[in-house]
Amino acid sequence: MSEFLNQFKQLTATGYLFWVLAILALLSAVWVVTARNPIHSVLALIATFFCLSGHYILLNAQFLAAVNIIVYAGAIMVLFLFTIMFLNLRREDEESKTNLTKMAAVVVGGLLMVMLITIFRAKSAQVPTFNPVSFDSRTGLVENLGSILYSDYILPFELASVLFLVAMVGAVMLGKREAGDRHF
Amino acid sequence: MDLTVLLVKGLIILVIFGITLLIATYSTYAERKVAAFLQDRLGPNRAGPFGLLQPIADAGKMFFKEDFIPAQASKWLFILGPCLAMLTALMSSAVIPFGDSIRLAWDGTNYDIPMQAIEINIGVLYIFGVVSLGVYGIMVGGWASNNKFSLLGAIRAASQNISYEIALGLSLIAILMMTGSLSLRAIVNEQATFFEWNVFTQPLGFIIFLTCAFAECNRTPFDLPECETELVGGYHTEYSSMKLGFYLFAEYINMFVSSAFISSLYFGGYHYPFMNAVHDGLTGSLGEIAGHNIATAIGTVVFFAKIFFFIFFFMWVRWTIPRFRYDQLMNLGWKSLIPLSILNVVVTGAGLLYDIKYTTWLIVVVMVVLALTSNARAPKSQAAPQRA
Repeated sequence: MSEFLNQFKQLTATGYLFWVLAILALLSAVWVVTARNPIHSVLALIATFFCLSGHYILLNAQFLAAVNIIVYAGAIMVLFLFTIMFLNLRREDEESKTNLTKMAAVVVGGLLMVMLITIFRAKSAQVPTFNPVSFDSRTGLVENLGSILYSDYILPFELASVLFLVAMVGAVMLGKREAGDRHF
Repeated sequence: MDLTVLLVKGLIILVIFGITLLIATYSTYAERKVAAFLQDRLGPNRAGPFGLLQPIADAGKMFFKEDFIPAQASKWLFILGPCLAMLTALMSSAVIPFGDSIRLAWDGTNYDIPMQAIEINIGVLYIFGVVSLGVYGIMVGGWASNNKFSLLGAIRAASQNISYEIALGLSLIAILMMTGSLSLRAIVNEQATFFEWNVFTQPLGFIIFLTCAFAECNRTPFDLPECETELVGGYHTEYSSMKLGFYLFAEYINMFVSSAFISSLYFGGYHYPFMNAVHDGLTGSLGEIAGHNIATAIGTVVFFAKIFFFIFFFMWVRWTIPRFRYDQLMNLGWKSLIPLSILNVVVTGAGLLYDIKYTTWLIVVVMVVLALTSNARAPKSQAAPQRA
């Protein structure tokens, strides 16, 4: 215990921020799963995304942090909230949560956890530790990210954009009203 | 040194916070005066000279009203709604460059303190992130009220904000292509010469951005979320006392912040014609430090003049143009503004390939010609015969 306390005292400001953010992220992530009301779940998920963005900023990846907020917290979660409000799930719909679905959720979640732990513990996937010689604090900034995306990773980047285009066209096709459809 | 930097930054943030709140307070007064002027009335003139104490009287009234929370409402979210609205509104002014820099001499060295809360190299993305969060206050509050009108208002606000965000972002992308930087200060400094202000190089982008800014602020003609003819009060139907005050106040803060962004993105921020000549003259006659600071102050005053003009413009439009119908709003957003802004990006890119900055005028010319021809070819309405 005293060892832990000593370590805690030696942390820098960044270290304290990391711990606070990590605890907040874990708490809000647990809240997402345990909240009875889906709206509360969504709000907790937004809080989780904010904590993750904080971590990105601590890692000096400002662009990633901003895009995380814009795309996830700003667009996708608004749509989630929107849909849940439309569905009006205020009464806790317990009938959809049968034992079978709960068991399936536990099995899938457990499998995912085992898989993630194996991946992170694999020797080949070990992330190199901090090296002050080769360390560049500007790696995560938007200029470097842009030039890497458009030089070394141009093919995956373009493939992802084609994927987005296809998804967009698909969404428009699904949303299109055909002749004879009911006019809302 | 770290602590000094922190203190100076904290002071600047506090000052910007105070200025934002002050301007938002007096925007409520200005709104009523402008409305009165446009409708040939006098407007508030009882509280203090020219009614100048009216905002304080309003705030006092708001605070002393009964703070009512409906029985069926979800209590914490009901409180969280206005808090979020205020929080997101106040966050966005952090990256605005209000002026060049204040120069201080300390121990024989000159320190330049930029007149900006934080200078980050993703300033534009920061604004965009905060703007996209702005809808949560309305959605959470509208849903928590447990009232159909509030819920409808919240859903309208959400869909409107999502739709217009896309066009807003696309018109910003054209500016980013012109500047090649995401930093707001870099964008402002790019517009140092008068004819390179983005409003001249990006006329179409400016119109799109302005329209989307109106929609994002929920101002007339896009104030569908609080459309009283259809939705009683919209998302704030159930709100009373200072919670309602916060919602209304957040709208004025948003208006100030969007005016500041429009001025710095399209109207050169703190730049004005012959700025360098003024700066050189002042530093020549008053010395390095005093001259620089006075030149900065002039730039800041110019910037605020631009902001005030746009705040006035917001009010002018509000009391001139009637509200859209909801399907018209969606059609305008999805079928006109988004295709136009994509076209704007493409044409800007083509122009930059050949180093021409003014290519988007081409779209404007084509649009004007199309509008004129379609207007000329439209069937003329027969003039009703005059009664004898």
